[in-house]
Amino acid sequence: MSATTNILVVGIGGQGVMTATEILAEAAIALGHDAKKTEVAGMAQRGGVVSSHLRFGERVLSPQITPGSADVLLGFESAEAMRWQHMLKKGGITLMNTARLVPPVVELGLFDYPDDPLAEIRKTGNKVVAFDATTIAQELGDIRLGNTVMLGAIADHLPFGAEVLLDCVLKRFARKGEKLVELNRRAFEAGRAAVGAAEAALA
Amino acid sequence: MAAVMPAPAASRHLLSGNEAVARAVWEAGVKVAAAYPGTPSTEMLEEIATYPDLYAEWSVNEKVSLEVAIGAAYAGSRAFCCMKHVGMNVASDALMTLTLTGVSGGLVIAIADDVGLSSSQNEQDSRYWGRFAHVPVFEPADSQEAYAMTLDAFALSEQFQVPVILRMTTRINHVKSIVTVGERVPHTGAGFRKDPARYVMVPGNAGKRIPLMFQRDRDLRALAETSPLNFIEPGSDRRVGFITSGPAYMHVKEAFPDAPVLKLGFSCPAPFEKCRELAALVDQVVVVEEVEPLLETELKAQGIAVIGKDILPLQGELSPAVLRPAIARLLGEALPESEATAALQLFPRPPTMCVACPHLGVYYTLSQVRNLNISGDIGCYTLGAGHPWQAMDTCVSMGASMGIALGMDKGRGESDKDKRVVAVIGDSTFLHMGMQGLLDMVYNKGNVTVLLLDNRAVGMTGGQDNPGNGRDIHGDEAPRIDFAKLVSALGVKDERIHVVNPYELPVLFKTIREEVKVPDVSVIITDQPCVLIKDYHKLKPYAVDEDKCTGCGNCIDVGCPAIHVTRRGKEVKASGREVDLAFVRIESSVCTGCGLCLQPCAPKAIEHYVPSAPIQFVKGGCSA
Repeated sequence: MSATTNILVVGIGGQGVMTATEILAEAAIALGHDAKKTEVAGMAQRGGVVSSHLRFGERVLSPQITPGSADVLLGFESAEAMRWQHMLKKGGITLMNTARLVPPVVELGLFDYPDDPLAEIRKTGNKVVAFDATTIAQELGDIRLGNTVMLGAIADHLPFGAEVLLDCVLKRFARKGEKLVELNRRAFEAGRAAVGAAEAALA
Repeated sequence: MAAVMPAPAASRHLLSGNEAVARAVWEAGVKVAAAYPGTPSTEMLEEIATYPDLYAEWSVNEKVSLEVAIGAAYAGSRAFCCMKHVGMNVASDALMTLTLTGVSGGLVIAIADDVGLSSSQNEQDSRYWGRFAHVPVFEPADSQEAYAMTLDAFALSEQFQVPVILRMTTRINHVKSIVTVGERVPHTGAGFRKDPARYVMVPGNAGKRIPLMFQRDRDLRALAETSPLNFIEPGSDRRVGFITSGPAYMHVKEAFPDAPVLKLGFSCPAPFEKCRELAALVDQVVVVEEVEPLLETELKAQGIAVIGKDILPLQGELSPAVLRPAIARLLGEALPESEATAALQLFPRPPTMCVACPHLGVYYTLSQVRNLNISGDIGCYTLGAGHPWQAMDTCVSMGASMGIALGMDKGRGESDKDKRVVAVIGDSTFLHMGMQGLLDMVYNKGNVTVLLLDNRAVGMTGGQDNPGNGRDIHGDEAPRIDFAKLVSALGVKDERIHVVNPYELPVLFKTIREEVKVPDVSVIITDQPCVLIKDYHKLKPYAVDEDKCTGCGNCIDVGCPAIHVTRRGKEVKASGREVDLAFVRIESSVCTGCGLCLQPCAPKAIEHYVPSAPIQFVKGGCSA
């Protein structure tokens, strides 16, 4: 990876994109990196597009990721993962949740939702790994674990070990009791495993 | 009521610019901090309110917040006030005379420019206020600078007895980066010293203060020339040098690491000699500033040859991606090759109203009433201009719905003769600047139906408390305004005031239909809380009985994001007319049972959801 690592986390308002990026930033800082995190989140609370930029390294200047320079794109929603493909550098990778969140403008018949966002991304030639974080979270018993599944999914695509990120995730739940810590640990590992399995299948 | 103990001195934190300023405000010993919420400034005061040993308030508008801060600074205490860019338009009446009186205790005004319009009605450059009001402007480039410059600004404010503007932008307010914090230094105010020649700005007194203001300008400019906040990095590639400030500095450093740069942190009054010094180092000077060519114009007037907006955009954010090709063209170099794949075409995803939002009922109803011109206002309910309702025709500034409605009424053209004029305004916007417009409407015998959407929160900025919900900034009990009494006191006839539950569509429909026919000022107040605040209570969710759904699509017109189309079809009516069908389902995990969608449902296909497992409510969207 280049001197500065660029992670782009995308989804829609309310999905937890900004919190996930903040936890990634905390992990980078825990390792002594400089880091900057910024969002393009117009009225994000209202179901709009959110793209959260994280840059870390020796010294970070501009907080924005330049198009064509993201190392990893973590997509919380499949069409949103598609929307930001132009941000990836050559050889960058997309890790995407297969969830489809259809907005009212599509339900009203004004626009179409793509039939197969994953196939559209593959057509660009960019590397992409897809997994169903929502179902994984549901199977663990709580759909709210989806964010931790997503963080587990990126854990092996960072320039540092997965355990650093896991620590930062679990710290957030430490005060809420051992049970929740354990559930999140399992969600994290399930996300990791899902990406690992999907990559093995592609190889 | 501090939520947590402030972090210890010398510790490092990942802070947004807003959080960094809040920390500095506390460390500076500020006694009074006031603001009205506005993106991207809101979190400054929210954060300040969590610190101990200071007074923080949500004021009803930015002008009042500045006046509260001025009063504290006159009393010798340190004071802070913050607002979004358009907030200063409201507050500027106070600012323009404050500059003559000056302050006793330090006063810092943070103005947050929404460069790139992420959540605003315009894009304006607050650096102009520094020139217009003859006050110094500081421009931080990241959170650490936002923190440090806030402390410096208080010192400068007291040294020159002048308010200092901290000009921020979204990329400072909302970017998180590492900040090392310091110790709090308590500050004790000197108390108010009566001095009419200074504080009573009648013409005779004010006229004597103006020469002092101009002398202060000269002194500040001399100080800016030597200020450590303005520095030159000599670089090694002398073909182009940059003069820049704020977040643009970071973009310049990222894109041109070897170029000479003059970074201006203390940017107004501009240090012209320092700019000449940079110009002497390089072949060409480019001024990189967001938004307007302000410094560029000043430097050109000084006879300093600079390039600026001739090659850089006048609108929107700058970034390395914007700067690199512009400079390559200037130098006649080949454009750097982009590794990016082309952006894929996709549907837009505009912000939506929330599931069960009380505004849904209002806009659904307005969309069903014909012959209306609807003057709108600023808040979540501005989304009513969008699909599927398209039930708002204007949006200009806070409170403008009132005056614009009256003007539309009085200025009717031939085609509007039979139109009814409706104004839509939220509770907080009404208290901010709408009340005066309503008074004007009553006084001048307007014919307007006003919908006052009281959802007990400043919704769009995150549900802050206001005088309409009876809670102060700490969530503690506060006097609660009675909107019906208030509009009655403004002169609206009691029989023209209606308080309606916006979830009861037939009542709302009937009330609007009847009131728009009355040639007088009517006020219809809706009284249900924002679904994102604690006053809202979820009810049992609904589901669609697929066997009963006929695909009429009426429920979709309500605009609730919990309703999804499962399949589409066509039907040929007995008349031979072909109609589109849309069969639906309700995402029951996000439905909170407001019951709006079942009211227009012709076949009564929407019933309470019977879960197979306990329901888990999901924040935000839902998966299909």
